[in-house]
Amino acid sequence: MKILVCISKTPDTTAKIAFTDNNTKFAGDGVQWIINPYDEWYALVRAIELKEADAGTIIHLINVGGADNDPIIRKALALGGDEAIRVNSVNTDSYNVASQIAAVAKDGGYHLVMTGKETIDYNGSSIGGMLAELLDLPYISHAIKLDLSGSEVIVVREIDGGEETDKAALPLIVSCQKGMAEQRIPNMKGIMGARTKPLKVVEPVDAESLTSIASFELPPAKAGVKLVSPDQPEELVRLLHEEARVI
Amino acid sequence: MSILVYIDHSDGHIKKQSLEAAAYAAALAAQSNSKADAVILGTPPTDVAVLGNYGIQKAYTVSDAALDSFDSQVYCSVIAQVAEKVAADIIVFSNNANGKAVAPRLSAKLKAGLVAGAIALPDTSNGFVVKKSVFSGKAFANISISSAKKIISVNPNSFGIKTSGTENAVTENITVAVPAAKTKVDAVNKIKGEIPLSEAEIVVSGGRGLKGPENWGMVTELADLLGAATACSRPVADVNWRPHHEHVGQTGLAIAPNLYFAIGISGAIQHLAGVNRSKTIVVINKDPEAPFFKAADYGIVGDAFEVMPKIIEAVKKLKGK
Ligand SMILES: Cc1cc2nc3c(=O)[nH]c(=O)nc-3n(C[C@H](O)[C@H](O)[C@H](O)COP(=O)(O)OP(=O)(O)OC[C@H]3O[C@@H](n4cnc5c(N)ncnc54)[C@H](O)[C@@H]3O)c2cc1C
Ligand SMILES: Nc1ncnc2c1ncn2[C@@H]1O[C@H](COP(=O)(O)O)[C@@H](O)[C@H]1O
Repeated sequence: MKILVCISKTPDTTAKIAFTDNNTKFAGDGVQWIINPYDEWYALVRAIELKEADAGTIIHLINVGGADNDPIIRKALALGGDEAIRVNSVNTDSYNVASQIAAVAKDGGYHLVMTGKETIDYNGSSIGGMLAELLDLPYISHAIKLDLSGSEVIVVREIDGGEETDKAALPLIVSCQKGMAEQRIPNMKGIMGARTKPLKVVEPVDAESLTSIASFELPPAKAGVKLVSPDQPEELVRLLHEEARVI
Repeated sequence: MSILVYIDHSDGHIKKQSLEAAAYAAALAAQSNSKADAVILGTPPTDVAVLGNYGIQKAYTVSDAALDSFDSQVYCSVIAQVAEKVAADIIVFSNNANGKAVAPRLSAKLKAGLVAGAIALPDTSNGFVVKKSVFSGKAFANISISSAKKIISVNPNSFGIKTSGTENAVTENITVAVPAAKTKVDAVNKIKGEIPLSEAEIVVSGGRGLKGPENWGMVTELADLLGAATACSRPVADVNWRPHHEHVGQTGLAIAPNLYFAIGISGAIQHLAGVNRSKTIVVINKDPEAPFFKAADYGIVGDAFEVMPKIIEAVKKLKGK
């Protein structure tokens, strides 16, 4: 089986969120960059588990972005995966990124394409679905479990207020979230091995962008917390009822 | 300009998030002097007419039983055909489970720019710009859509379920080609007897400060009294004090209730990422330096084990119980 895992780069979860260039760009200087947690912990680790269960499995990683993404791609290779492809392109919008991935995946012979449920910076939840449509493949989003059973895939996905179990044939695109696998730490052998794994750089195809970021904004600052004495907790209930009117 | 809103339903009823999407579509129509129609797939829910209250006059149903089971590819194809028939140029979804699966597909199919997670009506004073939540609730981005066709998925609990009409919506069934699904729904497992966290208006949540699962009585009792859902921080779910579906935050569920009641939770940035869109945040923590107080509207610096029973008593009194 051949799996393609889509890897994106995001600021660390504790990074300070600030903007520059008239609030049109994320202030990335000095920020620690990581593999998007959903891509790493869930999509990639589950792919690695599938390979551990069947040594014939091949895992390719794909990232759309500039050369500054190479460190996180190497880190992903250190966790597992056989080779990586970077489409050397500036991310303009989700549709463009999905088009770049589709161009690579089209003739790649992949049985399974795995993405994270969303990037923690853009929160689009979009690339997997767009890619599925561009490749005319079935798509199961927000998967919390994925198991192979012969030629069939059994996927449990989150729905509003519960779970749904789906059966699908390959090829299939799945977006992954918590439940799929457990976070792993790359070991020394993986890190050494990653240095020699192929990281192919391909040039982007011509593709449209349908959206652009006009500006960013930070949420208005909170007015500050109103503290109630621990000796009079009933006062809190009164405030929630009469002032905030939420209970 | 014509607007089409996709209406999701389960157990014979329109989902709350879809009523919100309907209200959004109606407000968008009012703002642009156009009209908003709805599209409903599968055996129609019993309450289609109620869409009229939210400003939708007409609901197109595609009542093919094959659509009773969800498949993103089939749904995308069917919605695209309906959109074509009614010449819709803006399609509105709720950014809920099915919306997240279908809206991006439809975006690629129609080459319609998508804003997923919209929190306000578009600003059309200079192009077509929609505000969305980014950085897991820590910021907003104004996204400009340049394509002629557009898709907006509305973040649940961000616009509000606003009523704007009194007439019942009329239904028209239309027939379109329904392709065979390549995925099959085998089982649906709804968490019974609980309010789904994603839909709850009030959420009571506990963290590691509660020391152990045996102490969750105060969380569930307060939740019961308030008609609230329960949630927890990640370490609490990780050690199985609470079920995984209650985990909120960066790597769990992102919620935006009217009231988020956090007990014994420190307020780490990854936790806040999932709850900071809540309208009112209450924090009970014995550490005055807990970061959560910076994000809170109301708080008590105190021991949850002492404070909570008194809060529960006061709520009981308020509710006349
Ligand atoms: C990449 C990444 C992603 C993450 N994603 C998430 C996520 O999605 N959700 C999430 O929640 N966390 C997430 N975390 C973990 C997060 O950083 C925190 O570790 C976690 O939220 C802490 O949980 P807590 O507040 O319950 O526990 P603690 O940090 O242990 O805090 C317990 C709090 O309880 C208070 N307390 C103790 N006793 C009492 C008492 N008797 N009465 C009142 N208060 C008391 C303490 O003062 C303290 O503030 C993530 C971390 C990383 C690195
Ligand atoms: N630049 C990128 N390169 C490769 N994969 C990406 C990229 N951006 C997003 N993805 C994948 O698409 C998923 C959803 O991203 P998004 O639609 O931006 O929320 C991510 O979790 C990744 O798996």
